[in-house]
Amino acid sequence: MDTLFGVPTQALFGQLLIGLINGSFYALLSLGLAVIFGLLSIINFTHGAQYMMGAFCAHFLLTKLGIGYWWALALAPVAVAITGMIIERLMLSRLYKLDYLYGLLLTFGLALIIQGLFRNEFGSSGLPYPIPTELQGAQNLGFMFLPNYRAWVIVVSLVVCLGTWFVIEKTKLGSYLRAATENPALVQAFGINVPRMITLTYGFGVTLAAFAGVMAAPIYQVNPLMGADLIIVVFAVVVIGGMGSIMGSIVTGFGLGVIEGLTKVFYPEASNTVIFIIMAVVLMFKPTGLFGQR
Amino acid sequence: MANTDEPAAFAVRATTADIKPQRIAFAAMALFFMLAPLAIYPVFLMKVMCFALFACAFNLLIGFGGLLSFGHAMFLGTAGYVCAHAAKVWGVSPELAILSGTGAAALLGVLTGLLAIRRQGIYFAMITLALAQMIYFFCVQAPFTGGEDGIQAVPRGRLFGVIDLAGMTAMYIVVVAVFFGGFLLVYRIIHSPFGHVLKAIREHEPRSISLGYDADRYKLLAFVLSATLSGLAGATKALVFQLASLTDVHWTTSGEVILMTLLGGLGTVFGPVVGALIIVGMENYLAQLGAWVTVVQGAIFVVCVLAFRRGIIGELGRFLKKSL
Repeated sequence: MDTLFGVPTQALFGQLLIGLINGSFYALLSLGLAVIFGLLSIINFTHGAQYMMGAFCAHFLLTKLGIGYWWALALAPVAVAITGMIIERLMLSRLYKLDYLYGLLLTFGLALIIQGLFRNEFGSSGLPYPIPTELQGAQNLGFMFLPNYRAWVIVVSLVVCLGTWFVIEKTKLGSYLRAATENPALVQAFGINVPRMITLTYGFGVTLAAFAGVMAAPIYQVNPLMGADLIIVVFAVVVIGGMGSIMGSIVTGFGLGVIEGLTKVFYPEASNTVIFIIMAVVLMFKPTGLFGQR
Repeated sequence: MANTDEPAAFAVRATTADIKPQRIAFAAMALFFMLAPLAIYPVFLMKVMCFALFACAFNLLIGFGGLLSFGHAMFLGTAGYVCAHAAKVWGVSPELAILSGTGAAALLGVLTGLLAIRRQGIYFAMITLALAQMIYFFCVQAPFTGGEDGIQAVPRGRLFGVIDLAGMTAMYIVVVAVFFGGFLLVYRIIHSPFGHVLKAIREHEPRSISLGYDADRYKLLAFVLSATLSGLAGATKALVFQLASLTDVHWTTSGEVILMTLLGGLGTVFGPVVGALIIVGMENYLAQLGAWVTVVQGAIFVVCVLAFRRGIIGELGRFLKKSL
């Protein structure tokens, strides 16, 4: 069994794996966007830059302080989230009563600033980040080799995504969050500090982005522009899935990653554009997105 | 969705009292672009006019239709490619090349507009951005665009087969004609009954629909008009620089046109022109600073959004109590 559908199985499963990896990042990032949008009604254009900051933070910890991958996985997202919460307090919080477009423009401007500063400091070429020793090597599954690190990324992303879903949909904390999304004034009246909740929610969305960045560092090179084009694809993922449901973001993220990977096998010319084409088709037949209500 | 606290940041109330200051401003602008080539490098001025028209077209959509397109570079860039291809490969005269570029942008405007107006608000911005990125990848791969090199050494040709545009003066006059033609057209659209309905839809879409206006048709027409005029700017720009390149289709260009309009003043008549002059000027004179230009652009975005939402012309108009 060397070929499947006229394609070498090695290539097919290889691309399927890459698709799942990309899908993990789509899912983590679109999940963060959806969580932030739910409470803040702002599309966080800085998300791609914050993903990049996560990767750079891991790189900084390793090269300057000698702190390895495992600690970076915990420290970098927290550090980036703190900068995010400062931004929310100082800037975004002034915009909640204004037209939605100002939030988008502000976060776009912030993304330009952050990417520009990193580009000045580190140039446009990528910096390498080693795979942690515990996760080097690969498993021979018979039909393909599965690098340990890639398996790790897929499993951890799934766990984080499902954990987020569980917290938001099934716990008391999540019910506060969902209630504040529906009617912030009423929730405030019940004695819950909604502004602080908004700050923490933004921080959590940013944490997801930076976490994805740290996980991406050993796979892709650490590059100031690594999030710039990715965020546009994630926007398309969000339009396809609709931001109404947490599970929808997760399923759409992974699903589109796989479809993109398969396109690379069967029709490589369209692999860059397939997600946008799917978006156009979804808009034609179900404008609210696959899982969207509004 | 659009719970605007300060509609005044957008509002243009064109009354007869506004016509006089607008005429004065228009005369000043005309005088500037006629006399400036004596002191300033004409190619720079032509670039400013192309981007000013681009920003005016963009402003038609956001300032008066309330629709934030994050993908307007696709119209500028596509028109540039088609115009350059027509002039260089087909060897048509410049007016036909510009016309074919503009037509291509209009067609693209119809296709993308039909998709984008199916969602509102924040989704509209994301959809236009994603569609523009698709066009960008298409331009990277398509054989006729020349990939990273773009289409270079585009002949300017002879206008109507007679006037040689290779000279600076003739080209400059053509660009002035295109810019002022486009500007006056936008002005006319804003002040037409169509423009007023568009503003009504922006302010309160359900109410406009209940009054019997087909909101989607108005939005689509505004989108296509904006795309077409952006295409006119892009096609002209391709002839001026004799180049069509990937920069013009990239999302950074979409961001720049937003910045120009925001800085000059959303929903003002002259704001986009002032914004284009400042941003293009800044890029020209700060070019050696590299990525710092991006940082400065980002900082302008942040300052404008936080403290300066009316933009330069909007604030000036408020100070003078006139709508400019």
